[in-house]
Amino acid sequence: MFTPHTDADREAMLRAIGIDHLADLFKVVPAKHRFPDLALPPAETEMEAVAELQNLAWANESARDLACFLGAGAYNHYVPAAVDAVLRRGEFLTAYTPYQPELSQGTLQAIFEYQSLVAALTGMDVSNASHYDGATAVAEAVNMAYANFRGKRAKIVLSPALHPQYRQTVRTYSTDSPLQLVGDGPESDLNAGPEALLPLIDGETALVVVQYPDFFGRVYDYTSLAEAAHAAGALLCVAINPMALGMLKTPGQMGADIVTGEGQPLGIPMSFGGPYLGLFATRKEFVRKMAGRLVGESIDNRGQLAYVLTLTAREQHIRREKATSNICSNQGLMALGSAVYMSLLGKNGLRQVAELNYHKAHHAAARIHDLPKYSLWSGAPFFNEFVIQCPLPVAEINDLLLEHDILGGYDLSQDYPALTHHMLVAVTEMNSHEEIETLVEALREVSNG
Amino acid sequence: MGEPQLCDLSVPGRQGIRFPQPDVPLSDLPPAGLLRDELPLPEMSELEVIRHYTRLSQLNYSIDTGYYPLGSCTMKYNPKVNEETVRLPGFAYAHPLQPVETVQGSLVLLYNLQEWLKEIGGFAGITLQPAAGAHGELTGVLIIRAYHRSRGDHKRDKILIPDSAHGTNPATSAMSGLRVVELKSDARGNVDLEALKLECDDTLAGLMLTNPNTLGLFDENVEEVIRMVHQAGGLVYGDGANMNALLGIVRPGDLGIDVLHYNLHKTFSTPHGGGGPGSGPVGVAENLVDFLPGPIVDVIDMGDEETPPLYGLVQPPKSIGRVKAFHGHFGMAVRAYTYLVMHGAQGLRQIAEMAVLNANYLLSRLRDTYHLPYDRVCMHEFVLEGRWPEVPDVHALDIAKRLMDYKFHPPTNYFPLIVHEALMIEPTETESKETLDTFADAMLKIAEEAHTNPQLLKDAPHNTPVGRVDEVKAAKELVLCCGVSALDRE
Amino acid sequence: MSNIPANLKFAESNEWILVEGSTGTVGISDYAQNQLSDIVFAEIVVAEGDEIKQGDTIATIESVKAAADVYSPVSGKIVAINEDLGAAPEVINSSPYEAAWIIKIELSDPAELKPLMDAVAYGAHVESQG
Repeated sequence: MFTPHTDADREAMLRAIGIDHLADLFKVVPAKHRFPDLALPPAETEMEAVAELQNLAWANESARDLACFLGAGAYNHYVPAAVDAVLRRGEFLTAYTPYQPELSQGTLQAIFEYQSLVAALTGMDVSNASHYDGATAVAEAVNMAYANFRGKRAKIVLSPALHPQYRQTVRTYSTDSPLQLVGDGPESDLNAGPEALLPLIDGETALVVVQYPDFFGRVYDYTSLAEAAHAAGALLCVAINPMALGMLKTPGQMGADIVTGEGQPLGIPMSFGGPYLGLFATRKEFVRKMAGRLVGESIDNRGQLAYVLTLTAREQHIRREKATSNICSNQGLMALGSAVYMSLLGKNGLRQVAELNYHKAHHAAARIHDLPKYSLWSGAPFFNEFVIQCPLPVAEINDLLLEHDILGGYDLSQDYPALTHHMLVAVTEMNSHEEIETLVEALREVSNG
Repeated sequence: MGEPQLCDLSVPGRQGIRFPQPDVPLSDLPPAGLLRDELPLPEMSELEVIRHYTRLSQLNYSIDTGYYPLGSCTMKYNPKVNEETVRLPGFAYAHPLQPVETVQGSLVLLYNLQEWLKEIGGFAGITLQPAAGAHGELTGVLIIRAYHRSRGDHKRDKILIPDSAHGTNPATSAMSGLRVVELKSDARGNVDLEALKLECDDTLAGLMLTNPNTLGLFDENVEEVIRMVHQAGGLVYGDGANMNALLGIVRPGDLGIDVLHYNLHKTFSTPHGGGGPGSGPVGVAENLVDFLPGPIVDVIDMGDEETPPLYGLVQPPKSIGRVKAFHGHFGMAVRAYTYLVMHGAQGLRQIAEMAVLNANYLLSRLRDTYHLPYDRVCMHEFVLEGRWPEVPDVHALDIAKRLMDYKFHPPTNYFPLIVHEALMIEPTETESKETLDTFADAMLKIAEEAHTNPQLLKDAPHNTPVGRVDEVKAAKELVLCCGVSALDRE
Repeated sequence: MSNIPANLKFAESNEWILVEGSTGTVGISDYAQNQLSDIVFAEIVVAEGDEIKQGDTIATIESVKAAADVYSPVSGKIVAINEDLGAAPEVINSSPYEAAWIIKIELSDPAELKPLMDAVAYGAHVESQG
């Protein structure tokens, strides 16, 4: 199968090593634990394995089978065929980390271009080669801000409208650190906009983190928040949905110091939660504080333009315990996929798909708002996701929607006890007019009990 | 001639893909103040995009095009069937937050993978959430800290890291607030028991052990090392980057290792993708199961004769919390699952046996020409010195670069730090004897060239798309985006 | 062979100090810059007026292959920092003992100078580092 050794090969190799039996290579392993009997299912051929996996995949009802109105950090978007065609090239797929620039100019230039595209999209000066996902990118932003002030500022203000799983991840990362995380306690006013965070920002604050559009889909201009953070000497991090930036003002224009984001909407399949893409960009004055891999332009000893990993002295393999992060990979393939996606769509295509999301979501929101017993929770501008107040618990509604082959929105009561009967609905370019009408009719039917 | 940059390929008015016109009435756009003015992305046709990326791919070295003896990276063949199964629509189009009743296929897959990884490593619990090996390490160390804290044992803030460990270990420990103490290796490349004894006190949180270590050597005293740490009240973290040598040979959990991360992208054949994504599941012993990051997959309803069991997501009672959003790198889990069902117990043992056979065979071909600082039977990899006293100007780096001219990716060099001019070679089990022989021949030829024509090595590589790259210029000028320097010192 | 001026004192971590009256000037040694190789970045992390203790980090220096923190060999109040270093870190390679001074510090405890090495002792120390 995947090991090419013939009996003759083994014999010859053992002879060259100077031993008689394969088992002699493992004498150093404690005898009582050597060669355990592993209770694993018997080996299958490729044909059988594919059949087994196919059966498991069929046991799912995916967004191919259901009309998907679920978002909350992962979105059902169209992935152009050309994206996967590039990812499947073995030269990208099976290459190692580009530590040897002479043999990795393809990966290096692709990352360099990815950095350029992300910087352009976010309105920031520099992007790294990516973090694991949207959640860990925020955790890295927190660590970066803390390190930036050399531990002298330990307060981090988290918007309660930052994705709950991102906030949980930040909490896990900071369990054993002196960081103080504030702003998202149970008492926080969820209806309030970013101005509710202003009183929390002070001389102890290292970073303020908000989401754009926020977890509830709302779009706010964070310019005055950035000004307030800067006035207190703190930094502002904006966690983005990159597709929204196809039409919306950039966090760079608002004065953000760090932009993180979940890059999944840029041509990456939902794939039950991963692998996704942690976007991370910052201003040039913080480039050396940013963790993660970076590619720079240079020349080779033949005078040609060439790319190479740079600022590696910040990273874990050199700084060891003094590094601000232990990250030593990036989401290489996902970053490549998003770069192909952005190249294909380009300036007009990304705006077009963003607006398509916008119009469909607004149409759906208006139709649902018109239903008796349903209403839009917020009057703030939104992009492709919005909260509706429902007459019943969301879990009950979703059970009934499933009977209509509809994957309903996210039940906010799971994370926000105050938001019982509140559903977060996402509408993308994948949802046809007909699907929206089916949703509206199903919601009407559900409320009539 | 290099490949032009995207920004230079852009022509106003081109577009690689179009979307349908809205089939709903248009709404008013948000106020102008919330809209962006320009969107400076390239404008290209689909063919131009495809040609650009295809040409870039051709500048890469990859497993599919050649042999990659990179120590500690386990660059084995990535089976093509993995790329089919991961793209099955039922998996690829599943949303991570769907009701569990609608994603039983995904959950069964994750559950089985958890069970198999527990069985392979000898562990009582596992999380598939960590996104990479380093992320798994962080998870493991946070679990160790949570364990001591839960026992009211607050003074344990010291972590021991052997000098032969992976470079990530110290950074990981520091992220979780631990004090790093480096442990020396003894003359045979094992953990130095005397040095260990001195550090075994009541501040000891744990030891991070890479076994086989980065010299490719299985620690001859591994059980004693683990016993000493346990006796002092500490836990042992196993760095599973080198699990390829142990599949079906020994279970780390049986040796007493308390926590271990796997690298699905090394041991279980998921592709490296030019630097990621990885996947770093963490296995733990019985006393740590409650601390695993949540959620993990479990049977939430046993069912009966009529109904099959229902799988769901559960939160361990004393969980350290999430380490990322959703359920980990599911796509990597599908690939690893595919690989595992195709191997079974015998197949796994064969992987390790052939990996170790290949390493020892290659070592036998090279050991008379390159100095072997630790002369023992190696496991899946070995470390040579890339230097000869009679040609002091030739360094490991020069050997590495010259190998490129022979169409090989160089071994890992300058690591581990405890060997001068280290060349760390891991053949993996998927390479044939002929490939190993061709590689060995090239290594021997280069050793000869080092003595007869050292300049050939100093100037290498000669046949690659680019030559040696000026790293100082890159770091000084900091051009990190098309046409812009990040360096304008205000 | 490293250049080791006779009028300086040295710390084990390779910083030098030139003492004039109660003021010390601090930088890194020729041996240290040589070990780091081409320096591409330097950042002074303290400011004029800061009170610092012996062993506190005063600067971070990076080459393409290494990063090093620079520690103050003495305690005291910082009276000047080298503002030019950030824009031209390569002077640490070319002029470690003159143009590339890092801070000037008003010594609060001259007794701290005692255990520092003189040029001869530092020469032996460098030798032992190989």
